[in-house]
Amino acid sequence: MNDISTTVDSTHPMISMSGVEKWYGAFQALRNINISVEKGEKIVLCGPSGSGKSTLIRCINHLESYQKGVIRVGGIVLGHQAKTIDAVRREVGMVFQQFNLFPHLTVLENCMLAPLRALRLGKEEAEARARQLLERVKIAEQADKYPAQLSGGQQQRVAIARALCMRPQVMLFDEPTSALDPEMVKEVLDTMIGLAEEGMTMICVTHEMGFARQVADRVIFMATGAIVEEAPPAEFFSNPKHERTRKFLGEILGH
Amino acid sequence: MGRDEFLFLLLGLKWTVALSAIGFVSGCLAGLAIALLRTSGIRPVERATAGYIALFQGTPLLMQLFVVYYGLALIGIKMDAWAAVAVGLTLHASAYLGEIWRGGIEAVPRGQTEASKALALSYASRMKDVILPQALRISLPATIGFLVQLIKGTSLASIVGFTELTRAGNIISNQIFQPLTVFGIVGMLYFIMCCPLTIYGAYLERKFAASAR
Repeated sequence: MNDISTTVDSTHPMISMSGVEKWYGAFQALRNINISVEKGEKIVLCGPSGSGKSTLIRCINHLESYQKGVIRVGGIVLGHQAKTIDAVRREVGMVFQQFNLFPHLTVLENCMLAPLRALRLGKEEAEARARQLLERVKIAEQADKYPAQLSGGQQQRVAIARALCMRPQVMLFDEPTSALDPEMVKEVLDTMIGLAEEGMTMICVTHEMGFARQVADRVIFMATGAIVEEAPPAEFFSNPKHERTRKFLGEILGH
Repeated sequence: MGRDEFLFLLLGLKWTVALSAIGFVSGCLAGLAIALLRTSGIRPVERATAGYIALFQGTPLLMQLFVVYYGLALIGIKMDAWAAVAVGLTLHASAYLGEIWRGGIEAVPRGQTEASKALALSYASRMKDVILPQALRISLPATIGFLVQLIKGTSLASIVGFTELTRAGNIISNQIFQPLTVFGIVGMLYFIMCCPLTIYGAYLERKFAASAR
């Protein structure tokens, strides 16, 4: 196999990170990260703020660069060349805490832009795909509105549909419910649960422990840039092994 | 002042409008390139464009026109007054518009760039479809403000012998010895061009301020 393969290969794990390290100047943001995620697996990443969990998933689609280690997405080695970065980004969808919808485009146009430009689909096909996915996140009737006219929960569902329009193999969620009013959290989590049930490979940075219990195959706990503990949710919540994990769970579950 | 004199002023006005239009349109094209280079993330390129902007913002427009008209002739590039002024205004406008739009590009939230990168959009698409439409909207009031400056700035072309509105006024005034009337009318003509633009710019500014709330 050649070095810069840019097609997804099903014999590899969907995502693997080995020995990944990242510094911001003298500050080490990620320490020796090793993760392997199989196709269809759902991972929940949690940890105190500043523990590096967002940085970790942002490395997977190269929104952040890293200094050491290897990241593979479906067999594509994520190098620093534009070609492999682009290939990986076409396969990896991302949902952000602040939604980051394009405010000057309608909901429909938000969903059509990347399929038109990055996948070079025809206009009709891109529109059909966008409408179908807006239907799936139950927001089809808002297609012609602008993002600012929607509630936070609706905007986040549009953001999920927009990412799905690329037909990604993996979805990354970076605290998707943290910026939402409490009454809107459920509609977004329900959308994510639906996606999980259909077999999407997902990595979610979230503090929604109910979601973790219900959906995750594994929960990964991070602190100070390193992975501290990794376990299936039942075990993670009932029998955490590390002091740091117990303290963290005590803080977020203890009221 | 008779009808012929007034028509001569209007002829000058036509050249003022033409110069402003050429300076603005070609200044926009060059200014867009400057703004993109200035925000390219490539250090030496950013430094070089920052220097270009500083040079043209830090020297008088009149001196820039002198350099293009007389200076270039000395090194063998002979241009007529018309071309020299057009080139001078273009350089001048490109520096100012480049700086205005750099500010606009940098005012677009980082999340927009991140979302477009995550969607595998190329640099060209990211700029054309996502960043620039938002940046230009943010910069529109300042851009119109600069257009007003540029229209008035074309009066300096009179000094290198180009007959636009101000020089036409000068010529008529020397013929009929009524400087107050002639320059009063010249001033009114500038005002009629600039004032609606200024009002439109203020309107846009209020509109954007309201939609940002």
